[in-house]
Amino acid sequence: MKDVFLLLVSAIFVNNFVLSKFLGICPFLGVSKKLDSAVGMGAAVTLVMLLATLVTYPVYALLLVPNELEYLQTIVFILVIASFVQLLEIIMRKYLPALHRTLGVYLPLITTNCAVLGVTILNIDEGYTFFKSMVYSFGAGLGFLLAMVIFAGVRTKLEAADIPQAFKGMPITLVAAAIVSLAFFGFAGIGA
Amino acid sequence: MKKSQIFMNGVIKENPVLMLMLGTCPALAVTTSAMNGLGMGIATLAVLLGSNIVIALLKNVIPKAVRIPCYIVVISGFVTIVGFLVKAYAQELDAALGVFLPLIVVNCIILGRAEMFASKNSMLDSAVDALGMGLGFTLALFAMGAIRELLGAGSILSFTLLPETFPKLLIMTQPPGGFFVYGVLLAAIQALPARKGKPLEKKHCGACAGCPAAAQCAAAKDE
Repeated sequence: MKDVFLLLVSAIFVNNFVLSKFLGICPFLGVSKKLDSAVGMGAAVTLVMLLATLVTYPVYALLLVPNELEYLQTIVFILVIASFVQLLEIIMRKYLPALHRTLGVYLPLITTNCAVLGVTILNIDEGYTFFKSMVYSFGAGLGFLLAMVIFAGVRTKLEAADIPQAFKGMPITLVAAAIVSLAFFGFAGIGA
Repeated sequence: MKKSQIFMNGVIKENPVLMLMLGTCPALAVTTSAMNGLGMGIATLAVLLGSNIVIALLKNVIPKAVRIPCYIVVISGFVTIVGFLVKAYAQELDAALGVFLPLIVVNCIILGRAEMFASKNSMLDSAVDALGMGLGFTLALFAMGAIRELLGAGSILSFTLLPETFPKLLIMTQPPGGFFVYGVLLAAIQALPARKGKPLEKKHCGACAGCPAAAQCAAAKDE
C-alpha cells in the first residue's frame, strides 16, 4: 500500500506531468487563461487518462503481447484513444448533457494531447501492474489539473503586470511557467 | 511557389518552434543537451519526410471524410520505423529521448503539414516542404539544446567551451531552465526590428478543416 501511495504522490508533485515531464504543454499554455476553463480541461484530461489506461492496458496485455505484436503499440494506442474519445463524446452528449456542457467541449481537443498517449506508453514502459497503472494515470491527471489551476492563477496576475514590450504575450508566459516549475522542483527527491 | 521558397519558408518564416510555437513538448523536454536536440530533430525530420511523401502520393486515394485517421496511421507507421532504427543504431539517444520518441506521432507539426501541404501539393514539393520544416525544427531544437548545455554544463556537443571558473547554472539543464530559455528566445525574436513589435501568436496545428475540435480549439484560444 505504501508504494502505491508514493506512486500517487510522486506522479502529482515530484514528476508532475506538465512541469517536470513536459507532457501536455499545448493545453497548459493554451487553455490556462481563465480558472474555470483550466479546471474543465484538467478534469477532462484526468478522466480521459484514467479511461485510456483502462482500455489500452488490456489491449496491450491481452491482445498485443500474446500475439507478439508489441511493435504495433504506438499505432494501436493512438487509434484506440482517438476512437474511444470520440465515442465518449457521443455518449456523454446523449446521456449526460450537463457533464457534456462542462467537460465535453474539451474532449476532442484531448485526442492528440501527448499527455494522454504519454501516460499509456509510460505505464507499459515502467512495467506497472494494472492497478498501479490506474493509480499512476490518476496521479498524472491530478498533477496536470494542479498545474493548470496554479498557472491560471499566475496568468491572471500577469494580465495586470507591466511587462517589457519584447516579453509581452508568449515569452512572459513561458518565463512564468519556468518559475512555477522551479517551485515544483522543490519536491525533487521525495518519494519514488 | 519555387522549391527554394518552400524550403526556406519552413526554416525561417514559418519555423515551427520559434515562429508558430508548435511542437513545444519535445522542444522543451529533450533539449537538455545540443546532441539530444539534434537527435530529436533528425528523428522528427525523418518521420515528416516519410509521411509527407506517402500522403502526397495517396492524396487522391484517401477519402476526404476519414483523412485525419488515415494520416495518423501513416504517421504512426513511420514513427514505429524510426523508433526501431534509433533503438538499433543509437541506444544512447533512445535512452535520452525516452517516451518522446513514440510521442512524435502526436507532434502537431507532422499532422499539420500533412493537412496543410502534402494533401494539396505534388510529391516533390511535399518532400521539399518536409525537409524545410524538419530542418527548421532541428535547428530550433539544436539552438535550444546548445544554449542550455552551454549555460548548464559549460559545453556544446560535449566540447568544453566555458572556463572551469565560470559558474555552471545546473538549473538550465533541468525543467525550469527549458521554459526559461524558450521564453527568452521568443522574447529575442519579438524584439527583432523586422517584427516591428508585433507579438508572436501560438498557431493551431493547421489540421482544423478536418478536425472535429476546430470550433472548440478556436474558442479555447480566444477565451
